[in-house]
This record gives sequence, structure tokens and C-alpha cells, in this order.
Amino acid sequence: MARMKFICDAERCIECNGCVTACKAEHEVPWGVNRRRVVTLADGVPGERSISVACMHCSDAPCMAVCPVDCFYRTDEGVVLHDKDICIGCGYCSYACPFGAPQFPTNGSFGLRGKMDKCTFCAGGPEANGSEAEFHKYGSNRLAEGKLPACAEMCSTKALLGGDGDVVADIFRTRVLQRGKGSEVWGWGTAYGKPGAQPAKPEVTKS
Amino acid sequence: MKRLTPALLIAAAALLAACGDKPQEGSTAPKKADAKAWDGGATAAYTSPGWKPGDRASWEQQLKARNQQQNEYTRSR
Repeated sequence: MARMKFICDAERCIECNGCVTACKAEHEVPWGVNRRRVVTLADGVPGERSISVACMHCSDAPCMAVCPVDCFYRTDEGVVLHDKDICIGCGYCSYACPFGAPQFPTNGSFGLRGKMDKCTFCAGGPEANGSEAEFHKYGSNRLAEGKLPACAEMCSTKALLGGDGDVVADIFRTRVLQRGKGSEVWGWGTAYGKPGAQPAKPEVTKS
Repeated sequence: MKRLTPALLIAAAALLAACGDKPQEGSTAPKKADAKAWDGGATAAYTSPGWKPGDRASWEQQLKARNQQQNEYTRSR
């Protein structure tokens, strides 16, 4: 099995926030913590696009690299998880993460910050699978139940795909080929330019 | 010599006192080993039918089959 991955198809996301609600309900995530969010670009103008964002379970996770207490670990399926019994809530991972995935509950006085919370790919944590302790700290463990993340399975337009990276990539590839567009919205071409295109020349102002 | 013996004993005790100290290096809590997802262990009532907990191959097959539920082309084509 390949690594577990999420892909969000910006051509399909209708910003319904079903994924956010599914995540919140499945794991009983406390108020103020959003393991998943829907981000909208160019809101209200032509070309508006939405994308559902959570922890992307990076293959080379920066959060894991910067954690001073080394509380992160990666499962055999490539899911990046952390141990809340080791986390000290310092927030370094929050600064390192390019997706804003780490969340910190603020449920006390004077801006008290609790231990980090993030998307677990519905894989729970280091406590015993399906135990009450695991649910209390990390939410439900759907992978151990033979299920995929609730957000992806609940997505009404199937914009958010989650599961085995190879399978998910195949589904998305087929979809893009069928409709003949979509890869240009997010992807290699957008980030690094189309092959054969002239590289943009920086404007030089004469002084 | 008799006067020196208690003084030597006190000096020896003072010098060796540090030998009984516990190491004071900082250490983090040990990481717990996470159980494998394919081992199951979740509440049986919530476990999806179609695979056998503890059997990795059947778990992977189950997830692959479930993944295809996100592929609407399997239904429309």
C-alpha cells in the first residue's frame, strides 16, 4: 500500500463545509479547533475557487523536523500522528506547517494554550485502537474500523479524495482526462510553469 | 593517628557523596508504540464488514474497495 494522501479537486469544491462538519462531528472536536477548513480564493469574483485544507500528512513533514520534544511519528501508511502526552504545546509545528494544520485549544484564562491538535487521517493516536482514551485525545480511529477519513467519504461532490495515494491519484487523473480540464488549477504547471513556456523575465527599471 | 581517623572518614564521606547522586540529564517521555490499523481493535459494532481484523491483506483490499466509492465513474460508466 502506498502512503495515505488527500487531494482536493478545486473544480468540484462548492464550499459547502460538509467536510469540516463531518470532521467536527466524527471526532467531537472542541469549539475553536478546526482540523479541516475550506479556503476560498478570489471570493465573489469570476474564477473563485475553494479548496479543503487539513494536515497533508507530508512525506517529509516539517512539523516533525522542528518539534523540540519529538512527539510526532509516522505510521506504516504514511499518516503523520503525534503523542499528546509528550506535546508541550509550544507551537513550533504551527510556524513550520505550510498548511496551518496544527491547532491549539484555548480553553483557559490568560490565553492558555493547550496541546496541539490536528487531523489524524481518522487514524487516532498512540493509545489502544478504539479505546476511550484514544477517542478523548485524538478522536475516532476509522482506519482501524476499515474505513477512510470521514471528510472524504462524506464529500457530496467528491471534490475531496482521501485514501491510498496511488488509488486517489488514479481517480483524480481519470476525472481530469474525462472532463479535459482541472489540472491547471492546482498542480505542477501552475506552480512551476508549463513545459515549453518562456520563463518570466524580471522587469528591470533603469535608474 | 587517632585524631586523624575521624577527620579522614568525614573527608571521604564528603568526597564520595556525589557518587550517590541520580543522573540529572533532561529526558522526554518515551514514545508509545502505536498499534497497527489493520490489527483492528476498534469497537466491533463500528467496524466495517468485509475484512478480518489482523489480516493486513484483507484490510488493504477493504480500503481499496472503499476508495472506489469516491470514484463516481465506477457507477456512471
